[in-house]
Amino acid sequence: MESADGAARTLLSIGRLSRGPPFGRAHGRFGLSPSGRLLLPAPRSQENADPQRTAFLLRKQWTLYSVSPLYKFSNARLRDYARLLGAFIAAEKQKGLAVEVGVELDIKVAVSSLPDLKGSDQDQAAILVQLSSRSPASPKNSEEKLVWSGWFCCVSGDELSENVPEDFTCLPLFLANGAESYTSIVGSWFQKTFDCSFCRLAISPLNLSWMAAMWTGCKVDKTASAMELVFSVPCLPQPLDISYAIHPEDAKALWDTVQKTPGEITQEEVDVFMDCLYSHFHRHFKIHLSATKLVKVSTPIASAHCDGIIKFLQSQYLTGVLMLLTELAISQIQ
Amino acid sequence: HLATSLPLPSEMDHLRPRIDLIAFMIDIKSKYSLKNVEASLAHVDASFFLGKVCFLVTGVGRVNYCSVEMNAIWKLGEVYCSPVLFCELELEGIRVATAQRLLRMLQICAGHIPGVSALSFGSLMRNSADE
Repeated sequence: MESADGAARTLLSIGRLSRGPPFGRAHGRFGLSPSGRLLLPAPRSQENADPQRTAFLLRKQWTLYSVSPLYKFSNARLRDYARLLGAFIAAEKQKGLAVEVGVELDIKVAVSSLPDLKGSDQDQAAILVQLSSRSPASPKNSEEKLVWSGWFCCVSGDELSENVPEDFTCLPLFLANGAESYTSIVGSWFQKTFDCSFCRLAISPLNLSWMAAMWTGCKVDKTASAMELVFSVPCLPQPLDISYAIHPEDAKALWDTVQKTPGEITQEEVDVFMDCLYSHFHRHFKIHLSATKLVKVSTPIASAHCDGIIKFLQSQYLTGVLMLLTELAISQIQ
Repeated sequence: HLATSLPLPSEMDHLRPRIDLIAFMIDIKSKYSLKNVEASLAHVDASFFLGKVCFLVTGVGRVNYCSVEMNAIWKLGEVYCSPVLFCELELEGIRVATAQRLLRMLQICAGHIPGVSALSFGSLMRNSADE
């Protein structure tokens, strides 16, 4: 699915995933509405992006949050922020909100910028926050252990950044990996310091099916793992989960027959793709998957869970997936 | 009268009273319910679509459980010229309010409200939804 980077950039401004307010009218009359068309994110060109620098983001489970714009955030003051956040965490521990039971850990904070993770030049560079610990009992020069990381990013978030007044920085997507207690401490510091608000970002089954269709279309090598969809069956006394695994080549072959225009996906194509998978399952098991709730999608590109948990598996598609997640975060903020 | 799909079994035809209003329920959490409604619509006589049909979309309280695309529902309302109502069955207040709305619509469709016909009411609802 490669397209020339220049062509990808001009098309980016037209395509959009979301359909506007959830229960409001789509813009324009039916038939002329542009909603439902999205450009398949092309793999980011490798000239300025060094895959090694973002390799540590892969294969980790990230919990998603949407963040409202930050007030008076400055890229130049990252070291100061690290120091202040470190002091805040130490103060919280003093107050008795201990995060680790048993051994007292010294938490060191590092805040850095990830300039590679952006879609357009208007996007803010991603900000990475890392908490590492060193046990005071161990020798001075022993290795520090990373206990928590979180990063803010904005990929192709022009829709939000254009409409925001001066002094506000738009970094609508926040991803966290590590103990929930650290996430809430770091989150509350950011909320107090920059007057923003964090909100868990859940992914609806509709958006998950978009991801399944989009990521199936991406080119992957022969050794790719199977595509897996997990469904949760409602209204049963005991919860029941159905896992449906599809060979990646079969899934791609099916998607190739469905998708008409390369580089564009419509809601109809996603529906047809999912309906084919559902009717195939029904033919064998007599179960209507369309009456269940799609809760998890796993493809060789990435895996996403409806509770707002994502795992990136391929660095070349990292920016593409982030673009999609940024859009979901922005629609939750607005 | 409740049915899970149409057509209704023909054995009961002679016992069944006149049908004044058909409310198709679509659960936004289940794509299957939309497909079911679309299949059942084919079995409805054309005269019902003059104000005696409405679409009731349930489960709208939780956006994150949405499996049905809203455009598909709007399209259904437009193609079949019938109003689309939204409700959340889990909340008692909304449940009661929706029941009252349906009851009012039923009274109009059955001809119990003088001066208002099903057709005029239907077009009134459609025009206000378009704004």
